[in-house]
Amino acid sequence: MLTNQRFINVLIPIISVILGLLAGAIIMLSFGYNPIEGYGALYEGAFGNSYFTGETIVKVAPLILSGIAVAFAFRTGLFNIGVEGQVFVGWLASVWVGISFEAPMIIHLPLAILSAGVAGALWGFVPGFLKAKFGVHEVIVSIMMNYIALHTCNALIRNVLTDRLDSTEPVADSASLSSQLFYEWTGSRLHWGAVVALALAFVMWFILEKTTKGYELRSVGFNQNASNYAGMNVNRNIVYSFLISGSFAGIAGAMQGLGTYGNMFVQSSFTNIGFDGIAVALLGGNTALGSVFGAFLFGTLKNGAGSMPLVANIPKELVDIIVALIIFFVASGYIIRWALTRVKREGK
Amino acid sequence: MNIIDILLAIIPVTIFYAAPLILTALGGVFSERAGVVNIGLEGLMVMGAFTAIVTNLMMADTLGGFTPYASLLLAAIISGLFAIIHAVASVSFRADQVVSGVAINFLALGVSLFLVQELYRAGQTGQVSRPIYSNDIPLLSDIPIIGEMFFTHHVTSYIAVILAFVVWFVIFKTPFGLRLRSVGEHPMAADTNGINVYRTRYIGVILSGVLAGLGGGVFALTITGNFSGATISGQGFMALAAMIFGKWHPLGAMGAAFFFGFAQSLSDVAAGIPFLESIPPVFLLIAPYVLTILALAGFIGRAEAPKAIGTPYIKGSR
Repeated sequence: MLTNQRFINVLIPIISVILGLLAGAIIMLSFGYNPIEGYGALYEGAFGNSYFTGETIVKVAPLILSGIAVAFAFRTGLFNIGVEGQVFVGWLASVWVGISFEAPMIIHLPLAILSAGVAGALWGFVPGFLKAKFGVHEVIVSIMMNYIALHTCNALIRNVLTDRLDSTEPVADSASLSSQLFYEWTGSRLHWGAVVALALAFVMWFILEKTTKGYELRSVGFNQNASNYAGMNVNRNIVYSFLISGSFAGIAGAMQGLGTYGNMFVQSSFTNIGFDGIAVALLGGNTALGSVFGAFLFGTLKNGAGSMPLVANIPKELVDIIVALIIFFVASGYIIRWALTRVKREGK
Repeated sequence: MNIIDILLAIIPVTIFYAAPLILTALGGVFSERAGVVNIGLEGLMVMGAFTAIVTNLMMADTLGGFTPYASLLLAAIISGLFAIIHAVASVSFRADQVVSGVAINFLALGVSLFLVQELYRAGQTGQVSRPIYSNDIPLLSDIPIIGEMFFTHHVTSYIAVILAFVVWFVIFKTPFGLRLRSVGEHPMAADTNGINVYRTRYIGVILSGVLAGLGGGVFALTITGNFSGATISGQGFMALAAMIFGKWHPLGAMGAAFFFGFAQSLSDVAAGIPFLESIPPVFLLIAPYVLTILALAGFIGRAEAPKAIGTPYIKGSR
């Protein structure tokens, strides 16, 4: 029975992805496009040559981190929709450390990444603390924190980091994740961030599954009253969860600041890394490994979409529709589960 | 600049920015009072803005002066229909309401930009030929000072204010409103009393789509005049904040929306006002969000959400 349940849990995301891609194909057909051509273009745009593959991995790296950030909070029963803002402050902090001074790489790079994590954790602390202390719902506070981050970062870039410019200078080489070697191989912006992201996914798995704290956090996620009765400090665990989740998100920002772009610039709207992280976590069943797969899928879709208008003349926004539909299908897992058990029963 | 001039500069801009927020926040009140979280207000506004602009562009020649109103009507209908997706997922399929709302935001942006590409082969539409203009109300606008402050606005601004009172009446003075609130507070008790919980929640969510669509349409036709991916950038979330800051009460939401509009207008007109010039604009930009957090934390009167919000109702479960 247990393995059966687990099997269904793995099946739901897979079915959702298939349904999402099918829906995308139906949309392409109804607008007079050839779905095989469309998905072919998408695949070529994601893995067609070493440049595209490199750029796909560049997209995947921050998604892994924003995915595990959302997933980590989910496991503690918390919804961190503030990953978006935490990415922003992390990005800013890493660039700030990266441009302010030069130091040996072995100190500078870890320091820049760490400061991104700390900044993200601070941003995550606010909703966590308010939830623990006043019982305020974390979703609304997180959303507000997103906008505060957006406007504050823009103001800091304009007035503090530069003299009324729209982008900062590039980070020092000693704080950069970018790699000459990768560039020569692929010609893309591929950087070491993917390795950092995978390592942190492992850290997330380790904290949750192998430490006492992780056991407590998961326990709080399952049942706050029981955890409280067992002597765990529920409120403190809520704050811890947001701190850790926020630091993952902040480091996702460092991927952008130290790797992909090498600087930070004024932005008119969100990067969507955080919102995509929700999709990634959901698809990955809120596990570390699942989030890695989820990030890989969404990174592939997003990067591959870039080639669809050029090759098959299909608007790349189609992929946004597919992603949204996949989220709907996974979120509506109840109905898929119901359908599956029904099919099984009739099969007997 | 004396105080009257300052008010004359600020108040019209405040009302101008507040109108779409009021409409959308009222939509949020309907959905959340019925117990369904609606993070998707942003997406519903996108749908409304998109529909209004495209209708306006297509129908301007045939409909003439009636075009903006037809555009708004269609925006409300299309967004109402679009909201059904959120209702199906979060009421019938028991999806996480926040997740479903996030998906609505993605989907609205995806669908609208896809269709803009299909229709115009561009990332944004052209400017509409018949936006909504501000009008002077005869007689009333002739009153010195007050006339210029309050009676020279877009007709949609007055509609927004009137609708706030209508929604207040519907939610607190009609049997339907009582049912809506009971479903949001204690769905099992409501069910026991013979109220159809699912149907009531569907109606709440659909009404939120109608009003948010109207809000998006008003925003597009009064402020931007065209549609692109950046047309609606956070107004839906600001309306959500207004609804919470207004404590899930239609008139409170209207007050909060005016306040947020005020904060926004300050950052617009601050340059000419001696006292405000010294404040960095970023503080005015983040003011609505900071205030909402403070309100939620109980520093500015406690905001209490409907009790059953966020939980799908499963018949027969306790």
